[in-house]
Amino acid sequence: MTQATLPDTHPGRGRSWWRRNQIGITPWLFLAPGIAFFALYVIFPIFQSFDVSLHAWDGLGEPRYIGMENYAELAEDPAFYTSLRNNVIWLLLYLLAIPAGLFIALFLNQTVTGIRLYKSLFFFPFVISQVVVGLVFTWFYDPTFGLLNIVLGWVGLGPVNVLGDPAYVTYGIIAAGLWPQTAYCMILYLTGLNAVNPEQIEAGRLDGAKGWRMLWHVVLPQLRPATFIAFVVTIIGALRSFDLISIMTNGGPFGESRVLSFYMFEVALSEYGFRMGYGAAIAVVLFVIMLLFIAYFLWSMYREERDR
Amino acid sequence: MFPTPIEKRSPAGRAAYQALLPVALILWLLPLIAVAVFSIRPDADFSNANYWGWPSSFEGVSNYSKVFLESDMPRYLLNSVLITAPTVLGAVALSAMTGFALGIYRFRSNLWIFFMFVAGNFVPFQILMVPVRDLTLDMGLYNTKTGLVLFHIAFQTGFCTLFMRNFIRALPFELIEAARVEGIAEWRIFWYVVLPLMKPALAALAVLVFTFIWNDYFWAVVLTQGVESQPVTAGITSFNAQYRAAYHLMSAGSIVAALPPVAMFFAMQRHFIAGLTLGAVK
Repeated sequence: MTQATLPDTHPGRGRSWWRRNQIGITPWLFLAPGIAFFALYVIFPIFQSFDVSLHAWDGLGEPRYIGMENYAELAEDPAFYTSLRNNVIWLLLYLLAIPAGLFIALFLNQTVTGIRLYKSLFFFPFVISQVVVGLVFTWFYDPTFGLLNIVLGWVGLGPVNVLGDPAYVTYGIIAAGLWPQTAYCMILYLTGLNAVNPEQIEAGRLDGAKGWRMLWHVVLPQLRPATFIAFVVTIIGALRSFDLISIMTNGGPFGESRVLSFYMFEVALSEYGFRMGYGAAIAVVLFVIMLLFIAYFLWSMYREERDR
Repeated sequence: MFPTPIEKRSPAGRAAYQALLPVALILWLLPLIAVAVFSIRPDADFSNANYWGWPSSFEGVSNYSKVFLESDMPRYLLNSVLITAPTVLGAVALSAMTGFALGIYRFRSNLWIFFMFVAGNFVPFQILMVPVRDLTLDMGLYNTKTGLVLFHIAFQTGFCTLFMRNFIRALPFELIEAARVEGIAEWRIFWYVVLPLMKPALAALAVLVFTFIWNDYFWAVVLTQGVESQPVTAGITSFNAQYRAAYHLMSAGSIVAALPPVAMFFAMQRHFIAGLTLGAVK
């Protein structure tokens, strides 16, 4: 009886507990499904990969613990060094997308009739899947009918089999990747240019700045947020390169166009056998490289959050 | 405005610019235009090595109807839709909630959880590949659209949370405080106050995630195998194997595979660009 009367003497006790703690608990209820999914599919697998890399495993039977043997084998693997070298080339050359995107953005930052359509069409390559970009460029480079060799023929240069020549193949694939990436950087800079303060430009003009000096001293500093994002997405894009290589050359000729992300896939899931442990070791190396950049991005974001 | 507006230049300069624009555009899109031209040529042009001359006949209709009627392409397109649509819904719903929690509430681990989502969004796919494939196999979802959808939702939640949280941070906080003073429950604030204001962010994210997932190739290859579950990006390679050296059909197939995100982009351009350039302007 006393128990039953309790709620009457303290009306709404249960509710007031909820009221008092509502603001503390609500965010966790909202976060729970997102965190659960993300942990299951993204966070835990990172650690599991580290673990797999210490085992010999064909993906079916029992994994056998072998310590650092996979890494020791990597250190002796010439294909690993080819992939690593190509990753560095990708990283460096992919950054060309940033100045190229800025250049096109400056070219298109006008207000003539139809300019909006032009901007959309210039952006177009980014929307198409990399698989189609890869096919399109494979045919573009084709030694018998590719447009590239027809144009080269006009200026008296012999036919080049870009994708069949170990010396050119990586550069050929990077050029294909730069096409959509430049479009992305262009759209970032077009948005940035839209927000450039016109008064500062006018002040710069009065001080006699124009052309390159204006760009370097007045415009580019205002474009810094756009440049930062262009840098982030370009680095990530360069290290993620997989689709184009898989479609255009499948790593060839003689494995010369492999990068770490492709080599890892090849080792773990293709006709060369299912070496999950060795593949995971390659993935760990790629992850560590990426981690340097991720740490830098997060540090920049953290500083910005703190300044708010 | 920078560079100097073209209206302030000489008439000759203006005319030169107007003439240069289409030339630059054609050069920029040249590889794509080449494929579009291939896709309307007849088979005979390729056996006669008439690659770049005037087409001997225009076979656009027959080439494209072959792609739609005689190949597995429609099946792959349907698979892509059935993978993309649930992913968009799931990722946007989950991240609206996480973005709300991280954008509105102040608690100690807030920034750390936020950074976990951001960092996870940047990791190379390969570090996830072996465990995620294994997990999908264990759940009996290997080579199913569901398996692919579940992974995509989880991974896209990282990027979407970044986007949503920053968007919600920019909303006027007084609105939420006013609602709290009125004694409105927190989940009602989410549903009736914040969600209606998030419409532009929801639209932008929906278009972006649609494009990302439609264009995904890596996970399609890792988690699916056959025509019953593969999306069009993976299907196009089997399609090309089936029509080896039939360049007119492969070109038509590629264009069909590329078209849906392009259509989406042109229909929702403003949202699309707003989403992609988030943070490019202070």
